[in-house]
Amino acid sequence: MKRLFPILCVLTAAFLAYATYRNLAVAPTDALQGDVYRIIYYHVPSAWTAFLLFFINFIASIQYLVIGKPSARSVMKWIVIAVGVLGVIATYLPPIKAQIPAGMEPSAVATTVLMIPAFYFVIGWLFPGQKLDVLAVTAAEVGVVFCTIVLVTGPIWARPVWGIWWATGDIRLTSTLVLWLIYVSYLVLRKFSNSAQTQMLAAALAVFGALDVPLVYLSIWFFRTQHPQPVIGGGGSMDPHMLQTLLLSWMAFLCFAFLVCWSRFHLELLQREVEQAHAMESLAGASASPSMPLSRSTR
Amino acid sequence: MTSLWSVTLATLVKDIRLEWRSKDALNSMLFFSLLVVVIFVFSFDPLAEESRHIVGGLVWVAFLFAAVVALNQTWARELRNQVLDAYRVSPSPANALFLAKVLGNFIFVSVLEALMAPLFVIFYNLHVLGPAWQLIPIGLLGTWALVVNGTFFAAMSVRTRSREIMLPLLLFPISIPAVLGMVAGTTAILTGENSARFYIVLLLTYDVVFTTACLALFETVLHAE
Amino acid sequence: MNAVKFLIAAYIATWVIHGFYLTTLVRRFSKARRELRELGKEK
Repeated sequence: MKRLFPILCVLTAAFLAYATYRNLAVAPTDALQGDVYRIIYYHVPSAWTAFLLFFINFIASIQYLVIGKPSARSVMKWIVIAVGVLGVIATYLPPIKAQIPAGMEPSAVATTVLMIPAFYFVIGWLFPGQKLDVLAVTAAEVGVVFCTIVLVTGPIWARPVWGIWWATGDIRLTSTLVLWLIYVSYLVLRKFSNSAQTQMLAAALAVFGALDVPLVYLSIWFFRTQHPQPVIGGGGSMDPHMLQTLLLSWMAFLCFAFLVCWSRFHLELLQREVEQAHAMESLAGASASPSMPLSRSTR
Repeated sequence: MTSLWSVTLATLVKDIRLEWRSKDALNSMLFFSLLVVVIFVFSFDPLAEESRHIVGGLVWVAFLFAAVVALNQTWARELRNQVLDAYRVSPSPANALFLAKVLGNFIFVSVLEALMAPLFVIFYNLHVLGPAWQLIPIGLLGTWALVVNGTFFAAMSVRTRSREIMLPLLLFPISIPAVLGMVAGTTAILTGENSARFYIVLLLTYDVVFTTACLALFETVLHAE
Repeated sequence: MNAVKFLIAAYIATWVIHGFYLTTLVRRFSKARRELRELGKEK
């Protein structure tokens, strides 16, 4: 698997270059915004990638929290299955169906809901035991990088288009900012805490963060209805050529994110090996024979 | 259930008694709160017409800072004489300890708020244009929101390096929806311009969600080793 | 024309941030490998 890595890097670089070319040259110019709108081809895929990574961190954290408790684990399994099943049923019920924005198919929403149990079981299967925690920190760190890009490119886009760098009531911008803050605090906690308990504490913090995000959304949504805000970033459907370019750009960034995560994952494994080696050395002294219980995953 | 409440009450009474005997922490906290109010008064002109619109924010930021200073000491006493380890091996439920700490902090921070609020009223010449009684649920729910998460994160930070900065670092991002609710609700009541009812519901939801989460995860945090 | 400046700034900013992160990854990798080698030698 390691041998594939350089080839994949070259392929991804090519893909990104092609996507960027399409973003800048091939996609049609926007009638209202001119060429500046092309920022979204970097801004939106980065956002989707960041949210996906934070979601992976959340799933990995939940699983890590119940890792040692079989009863809690089976409860969690059933909760996740229930969420999936009920969520899918709910999308087709009339009162909820009415809430779905125009242009979105209920089947699309249902599929997205099904991703929750799907991710839960796939991640649990692919990353057993401590690997869950390695995945969690990887997803968090790379997620923060992508989220930073969202928060930087967002204002750069807003300034020429709406004349302001930041709109306090804007629900998406502010929710993204809070998510970024939560995950930066997550990374700081991991850095400043000593390794025995760090992992559990960080997992607990990730759960808190996940609970917080819908509340953030709700609070800003209501605040916005009370205080008229500049109308920003409308809904409405997108030109099909633009949508195509956007999705292509997202695919390219996903490949890139995958490779970065892969590297970060192996870096974390390597660092844990180093820690183990240090610990062995201080425990056993000079006469001990080195035995490394933590073997690198052969992938 | 009786065991949970009796342990909680016993721990709470112990904490209050200890706090009352050595009034150091209490006195320095009171003075700190006064200083915060004075600094704000000098930074944000009380005579301005729009002061009523910003006072909600100022009051809660002041409370937030005072709460963080109070919360930072929550577990310090327990660490000093390995009391925390004793709790870990005792058969009493971990949540009893947590509830006792939260209630103790709640009382403590509420006392501070009760002392700071009149100062704001005096310095900013406040009179409430909306339904004043609504300030009570906002105050109670808002304080609980800060204290419940603050106590939990203080427990998390207790063994980290830079413990004092770790608490606000973890607490502030998570508290953003609650802070929005407190500030917007208080401003709504002070200015009488809109209804604070939604914010009260928001704070109630926040409190329920996070109290449950804290109770569910505290044992993990306590035993994480 | 003025607006295109922002477009270029955004694209450059994106790759600067990614580049910065990848550099830290590379640095951390070499540091870890070096430490592992040294610890291996000492034993």
